[in-house]
Amino acid sequence: MSVSTAPAATKHRKEPVVLSDRARAENRLGMRLVAPAVVLMLIVTAFPMLRALYLSFTNYSMTAPDSSEFVGASNYVTALTDPLFWQVTGNTVFIMIVTVAVELVVGFAFAMVMHRVIFARGIIRTSILIPYGIITVVSGFAWQFAFSNNNGFVNAWLPFLDDSFNWFEQYGSAISAIMVSEIWKTTPFMSLLLLAGLATISEDMLEAAKVDGASWWQRLFRVILPNMRGAIMVAILFRALDAYRIFDNIFVMTAGAQGTESVSFLTYRQVIEQFQLGIGSALSVLLFLSVLVVAFLIVKIFRVDLGAARQES
Amino acid sequence: MSLKNRIGIVIGALLILTWCLLPVAWIISLSFKSQDAITTGSPGFLPAAGGGAGWQNYIDVLADDQFRRAIFNSIGISLIATLLSVALATLAAYAIARLEFKGKKFVLTTALVIAMFPVVSLVGPLFDMWRTLGIYDTWLGLIIPYMSFTLPLAIWTLSAFFREIPWEMEQAAQVDGATSWQAFRKVIVPLAAPGVFTAAILTFFFAWNDFVFGISLTSTEAARPIPAALSFFVGSDPFNRPASLLAAGAVVSTIPIIIIILLFQRKIVAGLTSGAVKG
Repeated sequence: MSVSTAPAATKHRKEPVVLSDRARAENRLGMRLVAPAVVLMLIVTAFPMLRALYLSFTNYSMTAPDSSEFVGASNYVTALTDPLFWQVTGNTVFIMIVTVAVELVVGFAFAMVMHRVIFARGIIRTSILIPYGIITVVSGFAWQFAFSNNNGFVNAWLPFLDDSFNWFEQYGSAISAIMVSEIWKTTPFMSLLLLAGLATISEDMLEAAKVDGASWWQRLFRVILPNMRGAIMVAILFRALDAYRIFDNIFVMTAGAQGTESVSFLTYRQVIEQFQLGIGSALSVLLFLSVLVVAFLIVKIFRVDLGAARQES
Repeated sequence: MSLKNRIGIVIGALLILTWCLLPVAWIISLSFKSQDAITTGSPGFLPAAGGGAGWQNYIDVLADDQFRRAIFNSIGISLIATLLSVALATLAAYAIARLEFKGKKFVLTTALVIAMFPVVSLVGPLFDMWRTLGIYDTWLGLIIPYMSFTLPLAIWTLSAFFREIPWEMEQAAQVDGATSWQAFRKVIVPLAAPGVFTAAILTFFFAWNDFVFGISLTSTEAARPIPAALSFFVGSDPFNRPASLLAAGAVVSTIPIIIIILLFQRKIVAGLTSGAVKG
């Protein structure tokens, strides 16, 4: 504050020269500092992705690597004309829509409670991090055993179900069990994001609406939700892309039985279990493209402005 | 607040606690059931009379070489990946928050795209590449992908933290006579440390939780981390998965996470929300 003005003035006069020099140095330093992180990220993603793109046009198989030939787009034709691919895609989209919708509603209810709760705040916030932190494989096992008709408690607790009902014997109940595990684990993340959004809404605004005679529902739909748009959209985008990649729960709970496979699971099966890198790579590329399509659709439909939501310049 | 509202909030809070803790209580209960009871069927929530196993499942699991090795692998790989990833992310986030340079947007966009990347679509080429390079089924073969997939999260979280730091204080300290190194160490480091620490916790969670790389890029217990080891755990009878043993293993693998959550609850919540919402 009390720095003498004379040096500042001389400094000011020199500014153009100093600044351009400094700007160049700053530019160099900045690039150097981000380089290691960027290079590493690209080595593990961009390079393998380009290689997958190349392999997807061959019939490369790890069991017969020498007989690899260029086969054009035939892997893509095989994948896209196979009903299994579309069934798996449909299944993945179904899981994504249901889990994100349920998580949004439950997560928002949780956020409302956490926002208002006065006692035991720490305990609640600690417990809500437990599902988030637990390994997905562990939560998959926990729910698989809970739904088991031999060792689980779910059948005994649901009065309308016969105790011998096998959840993993048909599609509908098997996919429900998988979604329960997924929803259990990721709702807390959703509710924390929404809680952060709720915290940005001023109490004065709500008070004013109340004084004007707005009911609880009116305040929710006219004041709270519109002001949380950014937080809600970001939460949907993050969770939807995450749900589209679903793999761990399916692997642990059904191993893809009863048509519960996801796109990730099918790709994994082709590449790692069947060693068919050619068709597997085509599936990898399609999986990547479909994630981009999902991201694009969500951004367009909900008009998410990531920059604004994240307060980026 | 009216009485009705207050009752509603109490019920809501109890529902949240049940939601979060019920499956955890269940897996703990399962881990105390005897393997005999599990084989014949034990559909109750708590171990039935005579169906308890005491600490036997834990003793068995901890005596299992594969399991011990997997815990060791997971701790080692996750810690190394976390340290390296946070170190690189700190440099990058400092540059993003503090400096003007070309390619800033490129870095943030790259990070965002990688955060959305379907991990499975990379395992094929990586599987192939790692075998050629000879790092398939090694710690290094998992550390590299873990780092690159945790970097986006760490960069976003840290740059959000760093943007809040009043960097002018560094100059103020220099004006007061501190050398630039002193100013950085005494003023900026203490302000940045909590953010770096939070990013490290989130990164560690991510690495500890990974499953896809864990099962695809390992083939033996040399590097197989705990989630993969749990999923391949068959026990003595391959047709009957030893549920109670698995449950004990699951509880053991969850303990580090629970300890971290209990100690650093506040920091984790701040990190999660600042990275994703405030950005």
